[in-house]
Amino acid sequence: MNAVVTAHGLTKRYKNALALDDVSFRIDSGRIVGLIGPNGAGKTTALKAILGLTDFKGELNVLGFDPRTHRDQLMEQVCFIADVAVLPRWIRVREAVDFVANVHPRFNRAKCEAFLARTKLTPNQRVKQMSKGMIVQLHLALVMAIDARLLVLDEPTLGLDILYRKQFYQSLLEDYFDENKTIIVTTHQVEEIEHILTDLMFIRDGKLVLDTDMDAVGERFAELMVSADQAEAARRLKPLDERQVFGKSIFLFDGADRATLESLGEVRRPTVSDLFVATMKGTYA
Amino acid sequence: MKTFYWLLKREYWEHRGGFLWAPVIAGGIYLLLTLVALVSSLGNHGPIMMIGGRDLAWAIDHADPENLQKAAAVIDGIMMVAAVQVLVVTGFVMLFYFIGCLYNDRADRSILFWKSLPISNINTVLSKAVCGGLLVPAFSVLIGVTVGVLQLLIIATLLAFQHVNAWQLLLLAHPVHATASLFSSIPLNALWALPSIGWLMLCSSWSRTKPFLWAVLIPVVGGLMLTFSVLHPTGVNTIWMWKNIILRVLLSVFPGSGFFFEHGHMGNIGNDVDSNNPLAMISPLHTYPDLLSSPNLWVGVAAGAVMIALAIWFRRVRDDS
Repeated sequence: MNAVVTAHGLTKRYKNALALDDVSFRIDSGRIVGLIGPNGAGKTTALKAILGLTDFKGELNVLGFDPRTHRDQLMEQVCFIADVAVLPRWIRVREAVDFVANVHPRFNRAKCEAFLARTKLTPNQRVKQMSKGMIVQLHLALVMAIDARLLVLDEPTLGLDILYRKQFYQSLLEDYFDENKTIIVTTHQVEEIEHILTDLMFIRDGKLVLDTDMDAVGERFAELMVSADQAEAARRLKPLDERQVFGKSIFLFDGADRATLESLGEVRRPTVSDLFVATMKGTYA
Repeated sequence: MKTFYWLLKREYWEHRGGFLWAPVIAGGIYLLLTLVALVSSLGNHGPIMMIGGRDLAWAIDHADPENLQKAAAVIDGIMMVAAVQVLVVTGFVMLFYFIGCLYNDRADRSILFWKSLPISNINTVLSKAVCGGLLVPAFSVLIGVTVGVLQLLIIATLLAFQHVNAWQLLLLAHPVHATASLFSSIPLNALWALPSIGWLMLCSSWSRTKPFLWAVLIPVVGGLMLTFSVLHPTGVNTIWMWKNIILRVLLSVFPGSGFFFEHGHMGNIGNDVDSNNPLAMISPLHTYPDLLSSPNLWVGVAAGAVMIALAIWFRRVRDDS
């Protein structure tokens, strides 16, 4: 598989904080990667570095370009949706489509108009007259009509209601994503995207604490539910995390022996959000 | 080229209100005031234009060619006054446009959208410089001359109510000539404005908040400190500094300001130019050699180019969205 993004020793220091601390990773083509971390962990900085929006130390190669020096060429093949409402407020739907159609060589106008036809947006409507959800619909219509190899989404559904959120990811999966495309997405609404992710990256204090694909998550991590009398035995296996639900204890294990766990109680694949909470324990303490 | 054209169009979409409607409204108000002033004076005094104790109709009938030429100059002058006031409004529009052009999209974070498109920072910044320096004055010249012509028509119509036939006089005006002269001066004005354009865009691109304040405060406070500080006696010529640096970086965007910087006032122009004829004064045959031979212009062009380059650099590295 060919790499879309390779980072080596990526480091970014702001005045008083280290946003990225010697991070290395590789993202292959045809993947949907969830970059997940608490507020201030360095997610947005990492995305900005990939998009050439910030300077950094270390090596970063995106589709063969160094984003610091070749941002304009890179942007022919990379699309980006930041959290809602970064479309300029004065622009009209018609103007936005016209502009992107004429400056972007890989934009398919018919496709964009087909997406817009499924919304309530009208050509003369200005962004400032739209709800947050409608702005995202417009942005998504613009982006999905671009035949890009990498799509970067930074909290794309922040502040949207559940209908818009579901529709957003559904559109992406059904009408956009294929094996030649790659999506990197950050969000706090982990539950909503976990079924579409192929890869998972956890970032904490500027470091990658987990970088794996979803299949491996199921093999490596396990959630065990036991009744109170078995809890002590489970604790001896050094779980990552423990919580109580309805008088039962739920443990999260990393790399524990499957057969041993199954002898104690019910074993399940942990959800990404449970895994996240367990991994990030003490972040804000 | 295509991208650049659409970048210019983008600027027009965003700033239609300033580029088009501000001069149109200013011109409209000017015409309205002219109308009110003329109507009230006609009501009070009867025929408004008396020449040598006779009224205008008589004067036109009996004018010799030399007098007609002088009359034409006066009429062109009236037309130019209207055009100039529109150009002054344009100066303000340009000032505020340049101060906002690389700041506003950072403030509302829409820069993240613009930067997600395959457009270089160089093209983005240059399109804004070209838009403000060339397109805005071009709109303004068209609107200004139109306002001037409308003003003449208003005057002639009011005179017609006084049974004075001034239409013949109107034919003496040179609106096409005036438009051509003003248009041809746009590139010269842009060169002259370059240090100001550069400075304002640099502040717009660099400042994290309140670019207007920085753009004005840095030169003005710096100038005041030099003027009233111990540095003064060591030989800094403060009058020269205020005129050639501080006012130059702030006010050169005003169309035609180069003329006043170089000559101080209208009467002080070259001997070979008829200072009674407004069209002769704005003729490119006069203005171009006059300003292009001034080192002040070229030093300004160089400084402006450097500041625009810095603005491009800041556009790339400013990371606060």
